[in-house]
Amino acid sequence: MRSSMITTRRLYHPKVIEHYTNPRNVGSLDKKSKDVGTGIVGAPACGDVIKLQIQVDDKTGIIENVKFKTFGCGSAIASSSYMTELVHGMSIDDAAKIKNTEIAKELSLPPVKLHCSMLAEDAIKAAIKDYKTKRNSTVLH
Amino acid sequence: MLRSSFVRAHRISSTATAAISRYALRPNGNTSIRRSLASSASTVAKAVESDDGLSIETHTDVQAANKEQTNIRTASNSIKSTTDGISSGTTALNHAYRENTGYGTRPIYLDMQATTPTDPRVLDTMLKYYTGLYGNPHSNTHSYGWETNKAVEAAREYVADVINANSKEIIFTSGATESNNMVVKGVARFYSKTKKHIITTKTEHKCVIEAARAMMNEGFDVTFLNVDANGLVDLKELEDAIRPDTCLVSVMAVNNEIGVIQPLKEIGSICKKHKVYFHTDAAQAYGKIPIDVNEMNIDLLSISSHKIYGPKGIGALYVRRRPRVRLEPLLSGGGQERGLRSGTLAPPNVAGFGEAARIMKTEYENDKKHIERLSKKLVDGLLANDHTNLNGSALHRYPGCINVSFAYVEGESLLMALRDIALSSGSACTSASLEPSYVLHALGKDDAMAHSSIRFGIGRFTTEAEVDYVIKAISERVKFLRELSPLWEMVQEGIDLDSIEWSGH
Repeated sequence: MRSSMITTRRLYHPKVIEHYTNPRNVGSLDKKSKDVGTGIVGAPACGDVIKLQIQVDDKTGIIENVKFKTFGCGSAIASSSYMTELVHGMSIDDAAKIKNTEIAKELSLPPVKLHCSMLAEDAIKAAIKDYKTKRNSTVLH
Repeated sequence: MLRSSFVRAHRISSTATAAISRYALRPNGNTSIRRSLASSASTVAKAVESDDGLSIETHTDVQAANKEQTNIRTASNSIKSTTDGISSGTTALNHAYRENTGYGTRPIYLDMQATTPTDPRVLDTMLKYYTGLYGNPHSNTHSYGWETNKAVEAAREYVADVINANSKEIIFTSGATESNNMVVKGVARFYSKTKKHIITTKTEHKCVIEAARAMMNEGFDVTFLNVDANGLVDLKELEDAIRPDTCLVSVMAVNNEIGVIQPLKEIGSICKKHKVYFHTDAAQAYGKIPIDVNEMNIDLLSISSHKIYGPKGIGALYVRRRPRVRLEPLLSGGGQERGLRSGTLAPPNVAGFGEAARIMKTEYENDKKHIERLSKKLVDGLLANDHTNLNGSALHRYPGCINVSFAYVEGESLLMALRDIALSSGSACTSASLEPSYVLHALGKDDAMAHSSIRFGIGRFTTEAEVDYVIKAISERVKFLRELSPLWEMVQEGIDLDSIEWSGH
């Protein structure tokens, strides 16, 4: 009962704090590389920008490497950090199916922070889309 | 000496037990009282231990707060051990969340614009009105009433003295919000038959802006003056805005978010020339900058007690008597406070407020020197980081309020990284909402800049060691968050952020 009192009084769940203080897979991949897809979503004016990059094995379609950088609140950072953990080693088709609710549930995001998880979902979709357009254009050549 | 012992008292123990120990330590105190106080102190400690901190008063207790912190930290530690982690993080944030910082377990308090710690001397004054002196100050048929009434009138003198007013011109209210509402609504309603126009600014505190909006619904015209990039009103624009049916000009003295001081004397003389009442919200300015209501031609002035190390829940309104300013009271009742604010006064609060005002005046020079020195140190230390800038005028400002933007870092995440420092990204009233500050907007700052601003407040009890710690912590964590920021990366690559079409949400 005591612990439930604490979580209602505090804005952030311990899992958010954990991801935030120790974010996974921070960094950048070479965005010019053919097997790298980059997704940048959000806007500085809204207070949230997520950049998510995936490196995909061309033959198997498996995400071999993933990096992110996020400008935003703790929940946005935690959402993107958790997203990179999720999609690492996944096929791009499976990764495209990840729903924001999955992230929100894991991190126990409050309603005002749900847009952070949606942004993370948009980011992985944008990265996959970018990878596919890059690959299609190379195939056509 | 007093400063350090006070800070220590606040860190180690709650205010109540600190007060008890202060009394218990008095050398010539009565032994039986001393014993009973000591035993009550130990029962307080017991209640905390046995009750697992569930009672409502213990959440302000440091022991309970520590316990809670420990629970949270052990919870997050257990998560840490289960996730073996493709860890790429740094340790920059670890000490924001670590158990023992060596500085006590409560954050460093740098949110002096939200409220200030109660001065122990103020608390000493207040305590006797909670025990023996409990009379209603408005009871004039017996000595219980007379003694508290005497204390109230003494406090009124002290409050008036700071702004060179007469004590009869001070009306006690519940705080600056009530005072501001009283002025904007009261003056406008009293003169509503002939005057239908109010002038104020875009950077006022919410209570003035909202009260003015409420008067729009009652058929008044309201002009919200723009401010320049420094946060100052244009005097020419103000004079031009005055119409024959203008009843009130309300301009705040010191801004609560950016600390900018408006040119009160010049505004006062413009208002006098046009025979318009001049009100200033001095919640953040009273006792901290020199104010003379006669020299500055101020007709009405709002004061808050808890911004000057006094108790919360009380404030005052200065209402000029010659020439008399008329206003319609908000509350109907027994006609206390010259009929302008009915309701029984709270003598402990009034006496504490009076004492706080007295101390503000006697210690003005010391406080000023101390705050200016630490403020300069903090500003220099913070602005030494790249892409940081001070919001609001650098010249016309109260040094105890510093608002700094850290470009490419989001304010809320920075605050989260600064858990060991109590700060705010704007005013306390709006920090629950996710909206960027309207004050910074009025200065022409864009949303991104407004989102990355933090306000630092320095006060009487801030120490140099705290400022040093804050400068170091901020520099480290801004660096950490910028490493995490895609915007920072783009800027480093030489990409102009304004040239990008953002998707938005």
